[in-house]
Amino acid sequence: MTATLGRDVVTALLAANLQLTRGGFTLDVQLTLAPGEVLALLGPNGSGKSTVLDLLAGLATPDTGTVTLDGATLTAPGRLVAPENRAIGLLGQEPLLFPHLSARANVAFALRFGEARLNAAPARVQADRWLDRVGLAGLGSSLPGALSGGQQQRVALARALAAGPRVLLLDEPMAALDAETAPFIRQLIREQLAETGTSAIIVTHDIVDAVVLAHRVAVLHHGTLIDEGTTAAVLAAPQNPFVAALAGVNLVVGTAQNGAVVAPDGRTFRVRPADAAALSPATPGAEAPAPAAAVFRPASVVVHTEQPRHASPRNVWSARVRGIEPGSGGVRLRTSGDPEVIAELTPAAVADLGLQVGSTVWLSVKATDVSAYRR
Amino acid sequence: MIPRLLYLPASIGLALLVLPLAGLLLKVDWAALPALLLSPEALQPLGLSLVTASVSTLLCLLLGVPLAVVIARSKPRAAGLLRALVTVPLVLPPLVGGIALLSLLGRGGVLGNTLELAGLRIPFTTAAVVIAQTFVALPFLVIAVEGALRTAGIRYERVAATLGAGRGTVFARITLPLVGPGLLAGTVLSFARALGEFGATALFAGNQVGVTRTMPLAIYTAFNGSGVTTDQAVALSLLLIAVAVIILVLVGTRRASVLS
Repeated sequence: MTATLGRDVVTALLAANLQLTRGGFTLDVQLTLAPGEVLALLGPNGSGKSTVLDLLAGLATPDTGTVTLDGATLTAPGRLVAPENRAIGLLGQEPLLFPHLSARANVAFALRFGEARLNAAPARVQADRWLDRVGLAGLGSSLPGALSGGQQQRVALARALAAGPRVLLLDEPMAALDAETAPFIRQLIREQLAETGTSAIIVTHDIVDAVVLAHRVAVLHHGTLIDEGTTAAVLAAPQNPFVAALAGVNLVVGTAQNGAVVAPDGRTFRVRPADAAALSPATPGAEAPAPAAAVFRPASVVVHTEQPRHASPRNVWSARVRGIEPGSGGVRLRTSGDPEVIAELTPAAVADLGLQVGSTVWLSVKATDVSAYRR
Repeated sequence: MIPRLLYLPASIGLALLVLPLAGLLLKVDWAALPALLLSPEALQPLGLSLVTASVSTLLCLLLGVPLAVVIARSKPRAAGLLRALVTVPLVLPPLVGGIALLSLLGRGGVLGNTLELAGLRIPFTTAAVVIAQTFVALPFLVIAVEGALRTAGIRYERVAATLGAGRGTVFARITLPLVGPGLLAGTVLSFARALGEFGATALFAGNQVGVTRTMPLAIYTAFNGSGVTTDQAVALSLLLIAVAVIILVLVGTRRASVLS
């Protein structure tokens, strides 16, 4: 899954080399996507993420460069295969459901005119199956205006996948949803991408999207890719302030066991109850440990010099102080382990506790401060 | 929240629009009306008006919708120029339009001479009526549809393209339905304008019974007293008003059923 430029070009499903200058903005990007792979394109606003998607989808033309899909050239100097002939789908922030068509007819549109080219009647039948898959059984006759924002995005996801794209481009698909709805849609996208085996590129500035959805991360800054690799690797060694800000969270990539996340070094992180349920296998004991990730803020980590005793469910472990660095919210304490955990304290607290590099400390995090995701 | 002072001019404005029609109704000789309306002098212009206005409206749709699409999807500067060109006939007095049509297609006109050599004479024919009506009605349709297209934007069309739909499919199944209300409004306006067209028709097509005498020309002729009476003019006017009201009611219910 870790296709990087150069080495795996032969096996790449999608390969793009794009240059574009507009006003003072220059874009120069090379990227590849392996079959079945999900790539997260991270970057701050204005870094050119959406432009990259437009260029891949054929909705914009680069000054120079090429886009090839499965060996076929889609974009090249003097050649631009139209969006409708590319088999590259697009799901954006807004669902953009056709307002005059019912949910069923919206999905049927993709089945009739996408890869499947079904006739009207079978398209309607298949459309209902798709709506079922995204949890909207029985709502096929609803017009988009009668559906909630989350429901509309579910229809939009079903429609985008029903078109049978070779590659699906996701442009911050959770950005317009409220905080309650976003996790469900994110999980749904993860499941559906995996079930359909659809290769995808997701543009986001939310680290959780990358953690949950992507196999690999590429970081776009001022129009160029400045970092690329697995999500954990990119976050462990931030190459620019944007990634550092993203990495301002503690990210534990491990496995789900009994509703908790187990780190590579064996530490067990209990998580908030809502997420613990999602980590538990559908049939207890039947599954191999599933990949999962725990995320918590450095400010949630409490530092003690002696082993603490608490009544509330907490994660407690001991570690050595590896580094003491100035941070945005005070002093950042890097502590040993795989992965390292960062704690954030006030300078006064560091002095009070008499902390220095090499000190042994006890760390604790409330389970309710830890969110978790299946990967 | 309406300032009270506004009610006075609002009432006067409404009266100005409604009272003349009420006055017309008072002038109607209801006893003689059936005979007047069923006379050939009334039915023939009505038939000609309905046929020519329908053909003109169809032409407006066939030519105007593509023109609206081209304008709406052009770059701003080109769109502005095209929009100005389309608007000229709208602000032009129809009489001037008639003279312009004669200058192009009439005897001695640039195209008229060529057509005459080919054995075609357009002025003072039913075709001239249709051309004159289309000339004055087309801008209404183009402007209504173009506005609707710009409001709808291209986002839905782009999504449809990424789903695999070709341009023709997108136009027929996405673009046109999205501008449906604007299209309907433009069609009604065009038909009404074509039905009421007088000035350009009078100059370019003339006033020949059964060939170019549409309702407005018949009313004018009746009012001038050449052959028919003023009563006839009033009766014909009533007929034209009735046709207009019927169209509005039909469109209104159609719209309501589409929305519900």
